[in-house]
Amino acid sequence: MAEKTTEKKVPILKAQNLGIQFGGLKAVDNFNIEIGESELVGLIGPNGAGKTTVFNLITGVYKPTEGSFYLCGERMNGKKTHQIVHAGIARTFQNIRLFKKMTVLDNVKAAMTEHLTYGLPQAIFRTPKFWKEEAAITQRAMELLDVVHLSGKENLEADNLPYGQQRRLEIARALATDMKLLLLDEPAAGMNPTETEELLEIIDYIRDTFRISVLLIEHDMSLVMKICERIQVLDFGTTIASGTPAEVANNPRVIEAYLGKAAGKKVANDA
Amino acid sequence: MTFSLFFQSIINGLNLGATYALIALGYTMVYGIIRMINFAHGDFIMIGAYTLFYTIPLMVNAGMPAWLAVIAAIVVCAIVGVLVEIFAYRPVRKAGPMSALITALAMSIFLQNLAMVLFGSRPHNVSAIFSLPSVTVAGVTISLNVVLTIVIGLVIMLALQLFVKKTKLGKAMRAVPQDRDASTLAGINVNKIITVTFAIGSALAAVAALMYCTTYPRVTNNMGTTMGMKAFIAAVLGGIGVIPGAMLGGVLIGLIEVFVRLFAPGWYEAVTYGTLIVILLVKPSGILGRNTGEKV
Amino acid sequence: MTKQRKFSYLLNFIGVAVVFAILSALFAFNGFGDSTTYVEGVCTTACYTIVMVASLNLVVGFMGEFSLGHAGFVSVGAYTAAIVSNALAGKGLSDLALLIVAVLAGGIVAGLAGMLVGIPALRLRGDYLAIVTMAFAEIIRVVFCNLEITGGGRTMSGILKLSTFGRTFWIMVVCVTIMFLFVRSRFGRTVQAIREDYIAAEASGINVTFYKVMTFAISSFFAGVGGALYAHYMTAMIPTNFNFNYSAELLSEVIIGGTGSLTGSVIGAAFLSALPELMRQFSTYRMLGYSVVLVLVMLFRPGGIFGHWEFSLTRALKALPTLPQKLSRATAKKPKAAAATAKKKGE
Repeated sequence: MAEKTTEKKVPILKAQNLGIQFGGLKAVDNFNIEIGESELVGLIGPNGAGKTTVFNLITGVYKPTEGSFYLCGERMNGKKTHQIVHAGIARTFQNIRLFKKMTVLDNVKAAMTEHLTYGLPQAIFRTPKFWKEEAAITQRAMELLDVVHLSGKENLEADNLPYGQQRRLEIARALATDMKLLLLDEPAAGMNPTETEELLEIIDYIRDTFRISVLLIEHDMSLVMKICERIQVLDFGTTIASGTPAEVANNPRVIEAYLGKAAGKKVANDA
Repeated sequence: MTFSLFFQSIINGLNLGATYALIALGYTMVYGIIRMINFAHGDFIMIGAYTLFYTIPLMVNAGMPAWLAVIAAIVVCAIVGVLVEIFAYRPVRKAGPMSALITALAMSIFLQNLAMVLFGSRPHNVSAIFSLPSVTVAGVTISLNVVLTIVIGLVIMLALQLFVKKTKLGKAMRAVPQDRDASTLAGINVNKIITVTFAIGSALAAVAALMYCTTYPRVTNNMGTTMGMKAFIAAVLGGIGVIPGAMLGGVLIGLIEVFVRLFAPGWYEAVTYGTLIVILLVKPSGILGRNTGEKV
Repeated sequence: MTKQRKFSYLLNFIGVAVVFAILSALFAFNGFGDSTTYVEGVCTTACYTIVMVASLNLVVGFMGEFSLGHAGFVSVGAYTAAIVSNALAGKGLSDLALLIVAVLAGGIVAGLAGMLVGIPALRLRGDYLAIVTMAFAEIIRVVFCNLEITGGGRTMSGILKLSTFGRTFWIMVVCVTIMFLFVRSRFGRTVQAIREDYIAAEASGINVTFYKVMTFAISSFFAGVGGALYAHYMTAMIPTNFNFNYSAELLSEVIIGGTGSLTGSVIGAAFLSALPELMRQFSTYRMLGYSVVLVLVMLFRPGGIFGHWEFSLTRALKALPTLPQKLSRATAKKPKAAAATAKKKGE
């Protein structure tokens, strides 16, 4: 028994036949995935394929109409977003959503609310516990800002950061929730090559240091091919391929989805 | 409850409801087009009522029927509505919903207090507008004045519906809320449409003032607040932004108010507001409205 | 670090005490001649208005939602406190103890009312929430108009005159301090995050509904405290005192003072409630003036006069010795100085 558990670990994330229907439209259908510890999986697909919908399902923004998903074996269906975050899934957004008028430091600290245990009376009487906990999360937030290369910017208003740094701040904020699985929604969108390179370093560093798993949506194919261990391809809400970057790149259905039918056939014939 | 009381109440409810519906139309049209609750809309009724108060004696002296004063009221209300839109709302339109709401609130306070400074806070009595007799049908006495106001309300609502559905301007008014940028590209002058919407909405408030003053001939500087609130509730109840919704909501609120008043006179306002709360919590888009969620 | 903190607390306390001492001395030695009693009354009014306005700012400025029904919670506090103090009068409690009990009772019941209203209402946002708060306030008013214990729609009079200037002032100081400490804690940070982006807040593990209801309840608690002080200053009241216009007045004071600045609320409420009183002949024009100022504020300074800025005595005293230098530099190199102050504001 003990041998079995070491052999086949419970996956961090497991989705079984996950699906959602809006009216008559099946936005995501029969979605299956398994992500192991500190694995980096890419989720790709053409525009409107349902990638962000998958994120919204896994984070509880939408309630799945079919199937279920598990975090470390615990069923997550029907839980509210904040409960899912506590359980260990955190995300970033495709169109950056920061607390714009708050400082960079407070952006990260806001995500640590639930790590604090002092109550209202302790806050009002400013007890030693209050100061101790506040100091602790400030220090932790500074460390996380260092991880995403934002040291020295902590007192700036988040809104005043350049675009690339805002994306990194979102990652720091997600890290602050102490999650097991990080969902990144197009983290490199709008970044120049240098910024993308820096981002890749950060993602690598995070995986190594925090031992977390990452599920990544990305349009930049070269980036996905470079860093992902496995890739799953969505088209019209269904999975059309999954495997290693090399397998996926040569899959005729994937090429068809991206480049049209003719291209897909040509590759199939060549193979 | 006797049959005659019931029937009487239905008539009274429809009368009040038609008034609310006309006011609610103003809220709904403006909300539909710029997503703003025009708090000052209730006060346009007050302006209409004061205009009636001052012009009816003039009309009567000139030997003309009293109800012609409504033309003056329509003109004054439309002008005030357009001025409010151009000088207060337009500059803050880009600043976000919060600013728009505060500005609308400020305009409401402004108009009410301006009226108080100009006309005093004492109520004024409006002279009789229509002098139709009452008739007795099957043991029920009905004031033909009341019937007439209901008919006026219905005619105006029908006319508005035709205007919005059939005319070019009306179609533009329906297009702008759908997609403002696309409307601009299609050659619609969005600012002009918004101004026209305010003018029409305010003119409807003037007619509502006429209808209200026929039944309750009293004008005060703050009469717009409660009237406005109830009409707004009617608009939300029917589905804000939807023109038939405003009519339905208005009639429902009018009926609810009249009937609750029969049984629990002190509580009728609480019931009206309670209705609003229930509707907003159960179906925020109202009876005829459509749901719109925020995209993540 | 802790020493510095303690010093700063002491400093602020001394500052407040000095203000109180000056005002009390003026009142004690007839500093305003014949109108001393009148001015003292105006200052008392300013004090309880500050509590109401600052509490509303918790919702409007820090949580970023509109409440058009604050007067409803004020009235809950006012009536509860009046009933409690009437019931306990002559039971051997000192006036101060009686007032404190009444104020706490008013606050707690108003806070509970806020929670009850907040749980369903705060599912809505923006315009809709504003309207629902207004509707709840109207319902509260109708209830008070129909209950026998609150005078049944007539004036409730004979409330003990317990709100002296001194007591009102110190209760105000305690309330504003608590609200300030609330804002500068994890609770305030969380609520501001919700204001900035509720979807991101949820995705950061924040239970949005919980913190919203909590803030709304706390805001209502202090509205109730303000109402309790009001009742024991006015000694007579009628439910229509707490109508929509009163809510709108409080909201205007929040917005003019600065959404998200307690300093703004304190100064705004103090000035706006005292100024028209001091210029009685213009009192008819008060709300007219408010509305014009409101529109102007929206046009030219949408965040209110103080925006998010908070006054800090410690910072002010620190800046004082360097002020002449700064001024001379400012005159020498104007553009740079302007940039520096702009940066400071951002902090």
